[in-house]
Amino acid sequence: MPQRRTLVASAIVVLLLALLPLSGSRYAVDLATEVLIYALFALSLNVVIGFTGNISFGHAAYFAIGGYACAILLTTYDWPLAVSLPAAVVLAGLVAAAVGYFCVRLTQIYFAMLTLAFAMLVWGVAFKWKEVTGGDDGFTGIKLPAMLAHHVGYFYFTLAVVAAGVAALWVICHSAFGLTLVAVRENAVRAGFIGVDTRRMRWAAFTVAGTFGGLAGALFGMYHRGMYIENAFWTESANVLIMVLLGGIYSFVGPIFGAAALHLLQTFTNQYTPYWPTVLGLILLVIVLVLPDGLIGLAARFKAHRGARRGRT
Amino acid sequence: MTLTMFTLNAFYGLALAMNMFIIASGLNLIFGVLRVINFAHGMFYMFGAYITFTVAKSWGAPFFVGVLAAAAALGVIAFAIERLLLRHLYDKEHLMQLLFTFALVLLMSDAAKMIWGTDQYSVGYPPGLGGAVNLGFVALPQYQLFLCAVGPLIAVAMWLLVDRTRWGRVVRAATQDREMLSALGVNVPMVYAAVFTIGSALAGVGGALAAPRIALVPGMDATVINECFIIVIIGGLGNLWGSFLGALAFGFVVQFGTVLAPNWQDVLPYLLMLVVLLIRPWGLLGRPETN
Repeated sequence: MPQRRTLVASAIVVLLLALLPLSGSRYAVDLATEVLIYALFALSLNVVIGFTGNISFGHAAYFAIGGYACAILLTTYDWPLAVSLPAAVVLAGLVAAAVGYFCVRLTQIYFAMLTLAFAMLVWGVAFKWKEVTGGDDGFTGIKLPAMLAHHVGYFYFTLAVVAAGVAALWVICHSAFGLTLVAVRENAVRAGFIGVDTRRMRWAAFTVAGTFGGLAGALFGMYHRGMYIENAFWTESANVLIMVLLGGIYSFVGPIFGAAALHLLQTFTNQYTPYWPTVLGLILLVIVLVLPDGLIGLAARFKAHRGARRGRT
Repeated sequence: MTLTMFTLNAFYGLALAMNMFIIASGLNLIFGVLRVINFAHGMFYMFGAYITFTVAKSWGAPFFVGVLAAAAALGVIAFAIERLLLRHLYDKEHLMQLLFTFALVLLMSDAAKMIWGTDQYSVGYPPGLGGAVNLGFVALPQYQLFLCAVGPLIAVAMWLLVDRTRWGRVVRAATQDREMLSALGVNVPMVYAAVFTIGSALAGVGGALAAPRIALVPGMDATVINECFIIVIIGGLGNLWGSFLGALAFGFVVQFGTVLAPNWQDVLPYLLMLVVLLIRPWGLLGRPETN
């Protein structure tokens, strides 16, 4: 069970976010919606990276499957949202389970490359299956229920879904299952000795990650009223990977901060200069050479430093 | 498919394979010795091509001067990167090295935009290699023939260097036990720097030799780095002849894929890697991980 402090802090964050539309700024609301979606996406990827120690290089695949499936079910088949969204999420989870079954046989770079290969197949299908996905024109004109058509309505919907998703991931990661995953990450051989089926654990983690990645993708597609093949491309996988690493992989909330920091920084930088890659490159150099634990590690170090100073006086 | 078409496609596939092998062998060498997965390798390739364009086209120097300039420039850039930054990261997690090379990609892509802009460039075939050799039933372009000769030459040269020289023995020893080698009086950091320099210069050469074959555009690095990874993984990480084999498989699959299944060529290499990894998870000539 979460500590009281965690619960109170989360409630305050959700409440503050819920007050955001009162500012009347459409820009702020849209930006917050995007950040929320990316936060869930990054958090889902960290179930694989932070909790099993394997780098997935193809996480965009599940994002895209969730996004495309939800969009197609809503628009082409006219299913209600209450059915389309869960169906899309389940489909992303099923594909992740199927892909994960093969990927978890491998570790390290081989695992990363196999996830990438499967993700590029998903991209290939989105690209070539033009009648269903719209091919490289993208799938546009997604039909949304009237109450979500307005940007504020959609923001609240996103906030509710993301909050529920984050809570579910929190429970999963702090359950016996999550702790077992950490054991597998830290020492797979030992975990195996005490009777943990490490491969199965990593498979389950991969499936969980894909499922929630699909949820983030579905929210993304509806928000943009369209899905495009770029959303399945490996650059999208790399982007979310950087969010996770920027935030810090060894903390549950790290990826949320990473996603927020990266997305906000990118949005603001793009207003002033076309050289966003340079900015991001410099940020990465700083992470690598100075801050290997990401933003959360920086915060922890700052706290420790302050604590030490207070102790002295 | 007629015999003529088949021969021509097989030949183009071979030339593509050899060009890719030159690039991938550098990536493979760096991984094999330094255990660093260098995402910037594709960027080095792109710089190689662009530098060749500048030297051979803008300055009007002979094409092969451009190739040498590309190799030298990339060698210098790589040496500086290794000495100033990368060497601080060997003891850190793989993830950090990966992020570091990705940062290089971002910085260099903007640098390329600043230097060369976003226009599309082309480099013509060098004089004497622009024609074709007529075999009666098919005419083979000379430049592709040239690539088919250079690829195996580089493969053999690398094999001799790593397997048959004293320096090569040191390099192989460095992959086994860095500390022991250092205790024996070998300057290991310089071995690492040399390997990174040679590997990166190969990317430069690969890019320079690709320049007459392709259009030079921003983003050309991204496709190539993925393809290099595919080749190296298919062959078995760190294995020179594995990369050669991987490049051959890649070249033929892409070339025949383009003809037989048009528009699927972007996905086919990944499919190839998928199949290989599912059947032989350690690559064609690789060995299982030991842990």
